[in-house]
Amino acid sequence: MLNIQPRIESSKAMVWCSPLIAIILTMLVSSLMFILLDVRPQQAFEVFVIMPLSDSYNLGELMVKAAPLMLCATGLAICFRANIWNIGAEGQLLIGAVVSSYFAVQAGEDAGISSIMLILLSGMLAGAFWAAIPTALERFFKTNIILSTIMLNYIGLYTLLWAVHGPLADPQGYGFPESAMFAEAVMLPLIQEEGRASVSILIAIFIALITGLVLFKTLPGFIVRVYGEEQAAARYAGFSSNKVVWGVMLFAGALAGFAGSAEVMGPIGQLIPSVSPGYGYAAIIVAYLGRLNPFGIIISSLFMGCLYMGSDLAQIELGLPTAITGLFQGVLLFFMLACDFLINYKISFTSKKVFSKPLKATLINNI
Amino acid sequence: MDIELIQQILIAALKTGTPLLLIALGELVTEKSGVLNLGQEGMVLMGAMAGFAGAYYTGNLFLGLTLAMVAGMMMALLFGVLALSLNTSQVATGLALTIFSIGLSSFLGSSLVGSTIPGFNSIAIPLLSDIPFIGALLFNQDILIYFSFVITACTWWVLHKTRVGLTIRSVGENPHSANALGIKVIKIRYLATIFGGAMAGMAGAYLSLSYTPMWMENMSAGRGWIALALVVFASWRVGYLMLGAYLFGIASILHLVMQGFGFDISPNLLAMMPYLATLIVMVLISSDSLKQKLSTPMSLSKPFDPKLH
Repeated sequence: MLNIQPRIESSKAMVWCSPLIAIILTMLVSSLMFILLDVRPQQAFEVFVIMPLSDSYNLGELMVKAAPLMLCATGLAICFRANIWNIGAEGQLLIGAVVSSYFAVQAGEDAGISSIMLILLSGMLAGAFWAAIPTALERFFKTNIILSTIMLNYIGLYTLLWAVHGPLADPQGYGFPESAMFAEAVMLPLIQEEGRASVSILIAIFIALITGLVLFKTLPGFIVRVYGEEQAAARYAGFSSNKVVWGVMLFAGALAGFAGSAEVMGPIGQLIPSVSPGYGYAAIIVAYLGRLNPFGIIISSLFMGCLYMGSDLAQIELGLPTAITGLFQGVLLFFMLACDFLINYKISFTSKKVFSKPLKATLINNI
Repeated sequence: MDIELIQQILIAALKTGTPLLLIALGELVTEKSGVLNLGQEGMVLMGAMAGFAGAYYTGNLFLGLTLAMVAGMMMALLFGVLALSLNTSQVATGLALTIFSIGLSSFLGSSLVGSTIPGFNSIAIPLLSDIPFIGALLFNQDILIYFSFVITACTWWVLHKTRVGLTIRSVGENPHSANALGIKVIKIRYLATIFGGAMAGMAGAYLSLSYTPMWMENMSAGRGWIALALVVFASWRVGYLMLGAYLFGIASILHLVMQGFGFDISPNLLAMMPYLATLIVMVLISSDSLKQKLSTPMSLSKPFDPKLH
């Protein structure tokens, strides 16, 4: 008989097994879906797994997709660790892209490395500013940060649309909602011969590594984790809640803003309405898949980048709608949440009736 | 301002406010039972897609409406299995539900984009619709708007005047006491969540079968989120909720009004208005934090595991 028992201590092994189980389950469900769509699962597997990793161009594209995901997810993971539900990475990314585009279109071919740095900085500041709004509202008025960040995502999207239709529209663009192409001199250096992968992926990995070290090996990281696990304990220890909330929100905003500027100054090269195919939302899944651990996020964002690539290729090769990405993401996140059940509960097949009350209350939903 | 223009604005506010009212009513009941379902946006989209698909393929609008409500209920059930049975975090599960539903609805509905159907017609109620001013406003609308009036009244009555309502509220205020009294807390929470799904589905059907009779990816445009703010704004009261929904309706069409008056502002900036209004309202309501604390269901978004008690 199936027997479900709460665990006395949450399982460390399951914390890392659960995303793997979730990925396997997602693959099973998607195979089923491919069969229904008249696509052989082997063919789909080839498109989604083999092809993105096959040649250097595709690998580069994978990096292009993984970089913004990694940057956003690293910031979000820190927020979620502190139990702050920042859903605003998408808006912060878009505002970062808009503001850095404003400066980038003005730069000429004689711009040097310092201009690149300044433009990137402007994007980071813009993202941080966009994150500062909900933070201030939360601190001063106790508004719900989930709702305010989501509202700011919409406002950010319309700001982008307003910018490409109005002030930043290319004067020679025949009325297309696009900015002028940026000068070569303000583009981020590429890391491959052919392809579009820029240094942003290296910066993203570097930031994730540093964030991981800070989170697990230093006092500020410890404070963030304590604050997220038990606010009362953090208060008792004298940790300032203002510092934590402002710190993690501005950090996440700056990273998302950086991701936005790296997008327009890298693979895209101009400001367009579709700067982000929902990176900010996908980053929530990436953060969870990486167990809110910056080291894990490096891997999970590469995985998610692969999924994005696969959907692009599936559209070309198999004629499937691109909406399939969102579907897979959602299925994956659901399975993740369901598998996390295994962290706090043990399922065994016994016939004996076991006393199911744990010795002490387990912390359910500790992440 | 002449009387005709005011009437036009009020009719438009009623039409834009109705989906918000329906979503928020469902969420209100869900939250009263102590469950915070952030998946409203997703359930609305699934409802809109399923409703349009149903009406498009069968040619029957009511079949579409039913299908929309079933779709919303299925999504709510999915939320329930995770958040209520497996005790996952309600916030994370709700967000997951939205992300999943956005993907699923755009995937399933991708072949329907661009199709059109004749939506629900307005039905003039004899005699009443002849009343000047109010007649055209309240008694010459489509059937879903009449439904929304009836459902609002029923929800208020059930929540505050019946045993069922008392049970729902007790589960949301103090599940431990309710459990001790023999109330099946999880069952009540499931039912309240599924009611929320049905309402969100109906709101979706209103969008895709009446408001703009077509299907488009992400056509709910954040209404699910705005409705969540609306529930807080109404401090979990049905009457305020109805009023708030129409006020939000006015805020959402303000840009059309301003364009009508000949203000030359970029349509993209004006399109921000509903979201900006929501932000501002959120700040305004939070100024009275004590009142808000008192009106929030005590165990909102706190999981309850009957095995542990």
